Amino acid sequence: MSGERRPAITASGVCKSFGEHPVLDHVDLSVAAGTIFGLLGPNGAGKTTVVRILSTLIEADSGDVHVAGHDVRRAPDAVRGQIGVTGQFSALDELLTGEENLRLMADLHHLERDAGRERVAELVGRFDLADAIGRPVSTYSGGMRRRLDLAMTLVGSPSVIFLDEPTTGLDPRSRRTVWGIIEELVADGVTIFLTTQYLDEADQLADRVAVLDRGRIVAEGSTDELKRRIPGGHVRLEFSTFDALQAAAELLDGAACDEDKLVLRLPTDGSMPSLRRLLDRLDDARVDVEQFSVRTPDLDDVFLALTGHPVQPEGVAVP
Amino acid sequence: MTAVSYTLTDSATLLRRNLRRLRRYPSMTLMLVGMPIVFLLLFVYAFGGQLSHGLGALPDGQTGRAAYLDFVAPGILLVTVAAAVQGTAIVVAMDMTGGIIDRFRTMAIARAAVLTGHVLASLVQIVLSCAVVLGVAVALGFRPTAGLLGWLAAAGMILLFALALVWLATALGLAAKSVESASNTPMFLALLPFLGSGFVPPASMPVGLRQFAEYQPFTPMTDTVRGLLIGSGIGSHAIAAAAWSVGIGLASYLWATHLYRHRRPR
Repeated sequence: MSGERRPAITASGVCKSFGEHPVLDHVDLSVAAGTIFGLLGPNGAGKTTVVRILSTLIEADSGDVHVAGHDVRRAPDAVRGQIGVTGQFSALDELLTGEENLRLMADLHHLERDAGRERVAELVGRFDLADAIGRPVSTYSGGMRRRLDLAMTLVGSPSVIFLDEPTTGLDPRSRRTVWGIIEELVADGVTIFLTTQYLDEADQLADRVAVLDRGRIVAEGSTDELKRRIPGGHVRLEFSTFDALQAAAELLDGAACDEDKLVLRLPTDGSMPSLRRLLDRLDDARVDVEQFSVRTPDLDDVFLALTGHPVQPEGVAVP
Repeated sequence: MTAVSYTLTDSATLLRRNLRRLRRYPSMTLMLVGMPIVFLLLFVYAFGGQLSHGLGALPDGQTGRAAYLDFVAPGILLVTVAAAVQGTAIVVAMDMTGGIIDRFRTMAIARAAVLTGHVLASLVQIVLSCAVVLGVAVALGFRPTAGLLGWLAAAGMILLFALALVWLATALGLAAKSVESASNTPMFLALLPFLGSGFVPPASMPVGLRQFAEYQPFTPMTDTVRGLLIGSGIGSHAIAAAAWSVGIGLASYLWATHLYRHRRPR
């Protein structure tokens, strides 16, 4: 192995239109093996189309895509042997039980009888499905379905896993569980490509992030790199009296003053020395500060700065 | 393992899955096998006494209602096939509109296995349905005169016809946008036995309908099965029936595999 920088997924110049409607416009991606890559974008940005092309479900109109060392166009079955996909919609057999679903996957991966049984038992334990495993899937809750779906994806021990919005529609607790599973997987050396419209999810999980907006990659890098490129870090000072506010405003150049709320906002790089200097100056001038908070830019700021529009709330159709 | 043995193991795996699904969803199978039984009872007891007057003497020497039972039972077996393949279209469409098909398509499963798994499961279901319907017919007094060879030939013809219609229904299920439309499009198949030689001789029908009845695929198949079972003579019907089956089966197979390959994920 040439180390962890070897790409598990590369895409260059990928274009795709559905009829007249262009969905992807020259998308380039590179994902290092053994890392988590987050594709971030609002509904309708083209994230699912990217996953479908990378996972051999549909063909790109143009461009080159390699996954796990194979060309998806020329050797789709070689790619399929290496990947696992959990789509946005649950890919379960509703009429079968959880165990039958997992066994079906083991049989389709041509695992020997005992090896298959062992693998299924291991996944049942790991995904905390033991209580429900004999029940038909149609009786499962959303979180259980998602866990079973992920377990089914793992039966064949894939080296590259695609997760299309893995936590959409889950309650916060199930979301945490799924995050934990994803972190465990990547610790085992698996490469994970996930799409999400939740900025905190990308921030939490992904080593690298690409932002997709209307079929184009508008930014790529580590989440920290992206944040560094974005203005928006500031200190927020709240005062109890108008006098204190005014005193502080005179003291601090470049502060934005909100006289109604008695709040000052001051740009900062968030570093310790600059914060200490600021506090010292306020102390020296004996200005009483009621509340003090530091806000670093998050991916919401990133998205707004990169695309000129905020992330659409869920359920809003994008033209 | 070789590609061929992968195709066989994957088809067998998916056949087991589909049979299990049929067992979990028995209401559909019961309804589809109940329909031909209701027709059998209706035509033999409600209409059979009257309809038997137009038949003349059958080669097995039966007359009256018993003669009509012998006449209609082979047709009812083909109604059973036509009804059962409606289930095929529904089951295929359920699978294609559900999420699991996209999982199958991202796995290194033998390409043909998903569809052959459905086709084989439907054939198993049809064999069982035909056995039940035949059992009811025999219980009512159906007494075929065929020997072992005749039975085997009749079973083989029904199976060949069933294979053709199952592939047709599979293609219709793949082409359907929803499960609801998949349950409607193969409906015409259940109507065809009535517009053929299944229930009355086509010679009794008006011009136009008679020609349609004489030249549509169910007629030579009905006449062949009837001839084999009760000795009413086959003539060239067997060749026409086999040609229809192979033609429909091959065209439907090509259509279905084309639809499956070029299907867009939802």
